[in-house]
Amino acid sequence: MFPPLPNPSTTEMAPRFSDKDLVRRSASSVPEPEQRLTEVAKLIDVSKCIGCKACQTACIEWNDTHPEVGFNAGIYENPLDLTPDMFTLMRFSEWDNPETGNLEWLIRKDGCMHCEDPGCLKACPAPGAIVQYSNGIVDFVHENCIGCGYCIKGCPFNIPRISRVDHTAYKCTLCSDRVAVGQGPACAKACPTQAIVFGTKDEMKDWAGKRIEDLKSRGYTNAGLYDPPGVGGTHVMYVLHHADQPELYSELPKDPRISPLVDVWKGITKYAGLTVLGVAAGVGLLHHLIMGPNRVSETDEERAEELTEGDRHGRL
Amino acid sequence: MAAYDVERGDAIHPGKPVTVDRYTVAARINHWITATSLVLLAISGLSMFHPSLFFLSGLFGGGAWTRFLHPWIGVLLFFSFAGLFIRFWKANLWKREDGTWLARVRDVLAAHEENLPEVGKYNAGQKFVFWAMSILIVILISSGLVIWEEYFSAYATIGQQRAAILIHSIAAVAIIGVWIIHVYAAIWVRGTIGAMTRGRVTGGWAWRHHRKWLRELVAMKSGQGSGSKPAE
Repeated sequence: MFPPLPNPSTTEMAPRFSDKDLVRRSASSVPEPEQRLTEVAKLIDVSKCIGCKACQTACIEWNDTHPEVGFNAGIYENPLDLTPDMFTLMRFSEWDNPETGNLEWLIRKDGCMHCEDPGCLKACPAPGAIVQYSNGIVDFVHENCIGCGYCIKGCPFNIPRISRVDHTAYKCTLCSDRVAVGQGPACAKACPTQAIVFGTKDEMKDWAGKRIEDLKSRGYTNAGLYDPPGVGGTHVMYVLHHADQPELYSELPKDPRISPLVDVWKGITKYAGLTVLGVAAGVGLLHHLIMGPNRVSETDEERAEELTEGDRHGRL
Repeated sequence: MAAYDVERGDAIHPGKPVTVDRYTVAARINHWITATSLVLLAISGLSMFHPSLFFLSGLFGGGAWTRFLHPWIGVLLFFSFAGLFIRFWKANLWKREDGTWLARVRDVLAAHEENLPEVGKYNAGQKFVFWAMSILIVILISSGLVIWEEYFSAYATIGQQRAAILIHSIAAVAIIGVWIIHVYAAIWVRGTIGAMTRGRVTGGWAWRHHRKWLRELVAMKSGQGSGSKPAE
């Protein structure tokens, strides 16, 4: 068993990280922090999940969201998708393993992966609406959010959702407010089987290594850690029994990365676009300075008068 | 005679100088609604395009207001421009002399009007602006709807939305470029702006820049005059 985080003390304590620990801030820059925090991570061991949804409940409770009362659509997911009020969702898939002939019930807790290279932050046009702390947490700052939905296009995991109430984007915060006072995320706290554990990223990798070794000894030869390098690694990682086929787990992307379309949009287009417009305006100014205005001459006016006079006298 | 590219409301008034009616009141109002929308769209769009221009969103009441207003102004522009399109498309059809004019674009920029062919109501440059605006506006409204989060986010996949926003931003840069050409040409070629403010240009302006159009107006007037009323 991974040693659980102790309960919080009843005395008030100062947050362990704040704006001075930002390493990235959307549509703006931040100074390099004086010292880097230890990177944290949440490890979700899919093989230990029993699908109880305690994590969803804890998430609702801690974040004080008020999802609509759901309905039974005939499948286990409830609600059917992530919503602005449901930051994490158990996704269930049934897989007929062709090798063993077993029907496997693969349950994955979906939610923000807290990418080291966050696509949402890269796409965001509003200064300071999305921030990344040096401990790896990617957080949305709602008073700066303009509700454009660019984060949705930037995210390789389809996570952010725009609220129809306040028109700002919502997602898992990795319980940054709890982590700031030495607690782990609410979902990890609530998980009855330790399928969700929280600690430093190194601790989580070590723990995952032990879990993978155990799974391999039980015949899951492809067991492995999901910490996709395409997005620089993530601060929410999975232990998968079929790490060679992550897409089995409700379409978990095999090699997620920020879409090249987003790279082009936020890269070359942005810089080349403004350059082209600046040059166009500059060329116009220069042309005018060199050429001077193109004026209508006296002769032009006289010619026009002759033409219309010609008209009056029946000539053309 | 069949109108070459004379539009409704175009007329000449003899005098010193000769004046020529170029745009009706309705066309001018239509133009300035479109122009205002385009400028507002460019400002609000640029504020969401490059972080260094985000401060421009302050003109609209902040980022959230900018996000809310931009697509609605786009809808206004689309319908307003559709009005201009219906008014102007015929006179903007490509004619043989336009190729020659375009081939001598160096003379255009050097203001050597004497080397240029006589052109009708619009020259090839103006026609380029007209068609570029038309095509880009269709691209912008269609890609814009795909990324209009509030109403249309459910109707396109995220992959389609990514493509749409890239297309939208490239088309936006292009249309602002076309707008710079349009505005610069109107400023450089003196006597032009009056066409869209008071609706008139001088005969000399028409002679210098749109001689075919002027000749045609004269011909129409004399044809009309001899047919409808006796000689003075």
